[in-house]
Amino acid sequence: MLETIGASSFEKLLAPVPMHLRLQRLLDLGEPQSEYQIARQFEALAALNDVPGKFTSFLGAGSYDHFVPAAVDHLSFRSEFYTAYTPYQAEVGQGTLTTIFEFQSMLAELTGMDLANASLYDGASALAEAGLLAASVTGKSKIVVAGPLHPNYAQVLATYCRGQGIEVVADPSPDGTINRGWVRDALPGAAAVVAQSPNFIGIVEDLSGVFADARAQDAKAIQVFLPHALPLYKTPADMGADLAVSEGLSLGSPPSFGGPALGLFTSRLEFVRHIPGRLVGETVDRNGKRAFVMTLRTREQDIRREKATSNICTNQALLALRATIYMSLLGPQGMREVAEQCLEKAHYLAAHLSSRKGFRLPYKGPFFQEFVVETPRPAWEVIAQARLKNVLPGVDLTRFPELQAGTNRLLVCVTEKHTRADLDHLVEVLEGAARG
Amino acid sequence: MRRVVEKLIFERSHRGTRGALIAGLDVPSKGVAALVPADLRRGKDPMLPEVSEPVVVRHFTNLSVLNHHVDKDFYPLGSCTMKYNPKINDRMASLPGFAYLHPMAPEASIQGALALMWELERALAEITGLPAVSLQPAAGAQGELTAMLVARAFHRSRDDHDRVEVIIPDSAHGTNPASVAMAGMKAVEVKSNAEGRVDLEALHGVLGPRTAAMMLTNPNTVGIFERRIDEIAKAVHAVGGLMYLDGANMNALVGLARPGDMGFDMMHLNLHKTFSTPHGGGGPGAGPVAVRSDLAPFLPAPTLVREGSTYRLEEDRPYSVGRMHGFIGNFLVLVRALAYIRSLGAAGLAEVSHQAILNANYLLARLTPTYAVKYPGPCMHEFVLSAVKQKKQGARAADISKRLLDFGFHAPTTYFPLIVEEALMIEPTESEPLGTLDRFVEVMIEIAKEIETDPEKVRNAPHTTPVIRPDEARAARQLRVKWTPTRDDG
Repeated sequence: MLETIGASSFEKLLAPVPMHLRLQRLLDLGEPQSEYQIARQFEALAALNDVPGKFTSFLGAGSYDHFVPAAVDHLSFRSEFYTAYTPYQAEVGQGTLTTIFEFQSMLAELTGMDLANASLYDGASALAEAGLLAASVTGKSKIVVAGPLHPNYAQVLATYCRGQGIEVVADPSPDGTINRGWVRDALPGAAAVVAQSPNFIGIVEDLSGVFADARAQDAKAIQVFLPHALPLYKTPADMGADLAVSEGLSLGSPPSFGGPALGLFTSRLEFVRHIPGRLVGETVDRNGKRAFVMTLRTREQDIRREKATSNICTNQALLALRATIYMSLLGPQGMREVAEQCLEKAHYLAAHLSSRKGFRLPYKGPFFQEFVVETPRPAWEVIAQARLKNVLPGVDLTRFPELQAGTNRLLVCVTEKHTRADLDHLVEVLEGAARG
Repeated sequence: MRRVVEKLIFERSHRGTRGALIAGLDVPSKGVAALVPADLRRGKDPMLPEVSEPVVVRHFTNLSVLNHHVDKDFYPLGSCTMKYNPKINDRMASLPGFAYLHPMAPEASIQGALALMWELERALAEITGLPAVSLQPAAGAQGELTAMLVARAFHRSRDDHDRVEVIIPDSAHGTNPASVAMAGMKAVEVKSNAEGRVDLEALHGVLGPRTAAMMLTNPNTVGIFERRIDEIAKAVHAVGGLMYLDGANMNALVGLARPGDMGFDMMHLNLHKTFSTPHGGGGPGAGPVAVRSDLAPFLPAPTLVREGSTYRLEEDRPYSVGRMHGFIGNFLVLVRALAYIRSLGAAGLAEVSHQAILNANYLLARLTPTYAVKYPGPCMHEFVLSAVKQKKQGARAADISKRLLDFGFHAPTTYFPLIVEEALMIEPTESEPLGTLDRFVEVMIEIAKEIETDPEKVRNAPHTTPVIRPDEARAARQLRVKWTPTRDDG
């Protein structure tokens, strides 16, 4: 090869790299390892983690362990999807482009919104992008957060807004729901109101009123939704959302320690030229055959550079594919059954738990699959005790100081995967843990 | 090979069919009507497809084969580093102890994951020569944004509030100026010189007390090393700016040279490029950021901390730019990247850049007589051809790209960087054997000959793909971004 290149040595090719900048040693990264050495090391690390199989988990708080049919893994691991790049050449990317179009279609159906993009990094950055969009189209620089929003989402929103000098103000909402009077006072001059439903502590709220208040002040309405709740509840479109975002990882992927995740971004049609990220549209090819392409590309960074609607390039296409396969397998009936089971089992658990001495449900309001329970002893003690019985009973709300929830509150989550035996066992374990 | 028109999954729907069974409810049912207040209830079911598992499997399998992918053949997409993705990495990421780990599990329950992240942070610090690493950014562009916010916070911490300009060469990736704008700063372009490198005189002209940072890709997007990087860094530092490396081209440097030794203060890495994690049709990736030690306090929170033999995520970071990701980042991508680094070891990683540079120079040498080259080699891991000669003969860079598809190759990156007319940016990576490179050269030469004799054949390419030149203008004009059941042609 060197002969063809016309270089007498490999060193000659490196001529532009000044000698003193070249590393004169091997990196301190050890010897190459065989697959079975790698497997042994990584299996040992994985074994240190507490996961289903060893532990029964009731953790939620933005990450939900729903059942994933085997065909999702089988199809998404196909090399054709897995090792392809962004479909810049539509002629040899129709597989990916078509599945993204299907993904956008399913998401629009589920949320009732006019359109969905091809995905963003995660739910939190999807919210941040929605906030920036609202600020950009309204020319205003305040975002009002109404009711309990996932604290991590609030933090990411604040990070993205800080650079552009956008102020984020949040409703203190001590009773776990939106304080509409407070929001109304905060709305003048706001680019958007952000509300999550079901909210961070599990309560489902009708956002129609607060969104109408926003509209009256020319502020955009942004909902953080929960995809698995939508088969049963009013959609973001029903409630008048302009933009609706969420974490979609639980549609066909395991919790994955939180990532790679799947940012769902949906909007009303009027914002289509302002949305971040890729969008796939239908067209025809030279022979009149249906084809799919990335469209409205002039919004994107590689064309518009500093005037782009976002800097996003890489998205989460493979996770979007998994969500598409998942929703295809479950269909409307399966999606509804999953939602009903979450609902029924969560209420069964809440009723049983709150009937035990020292336990109560501190927040009023309808919930879907998550609820807060007050424990007779500090939550961290209860969690430590339960862990000894191989149960992860919930999230200690003191991990989110901004909620000011006190020391004795656990956020508990139930999915369709829990059996009645799991739920009864949790009640027993928590009672035991409370006794110490 | 022409394929029959694919149906959408919605068009395969049959009422009442389902592809997955949900077990019966085993707690006493209260009913939706009792548990969901009427004013919160959904009106009608979403119109999702109703299909059986075999129909789903066949549908997506048939869609999948319409894709080009790196397991099938060469993917010379410049700047994208389409290298082979070793399968052991995916098997490790699929271990239930990783895939089913919950991000809100207590610290005692996640020690294995945190240990793995710690090891990856240390490995990336060693590779980059920049000691403090955040694994949180979900992709390269988010890494850029993170670093720009770090630069902003750093200057503000020194009461230096006027630094809002970020210097970016005209050859830069589009994400650079877009990230600068998102961070609330201003992109200032600096021209490239006749070599395709930063014009130092022009650089001095734009540097000043408002300079927050310079974003540079090195090797740059025309595939050549900024040989005067020392002087560039010195000039930027002299006015109080920070040097940022867009690490998209790290595949040329891994094991060969370290950005931290070149005067870079911050950088991102694309784990889905340099460290072989699969691209998945456009993601997920991961874009860790590495910085010099005095910038560490500004990195995103939470930050991974080791105390003795235990690890924890520290949330209380008063100088931090804040949180970038809903949880801790794209963890399963991190697992794959560490498996790759451990598999190759120090010697293997040095071999990566060596072979990537050799492969690129080989292609450049063999294609130079046929295609014009604005900035002559030697190149690093990629290079840019210019189809100016072919354009005069009647076919443009985009046509050559389309014609390549007929031969079973993916196209190069086309019309980028913007400073090269009729650009075809080619990155072979270290994965490709000589046989593939030769086959590609022969096809590129054959296409050039076709343009000389029958440019229309190239202009009308591709001829063999599942669809041919989809009408992009129509897609934008008659916007249809979701399937609807009332369509007239469905």
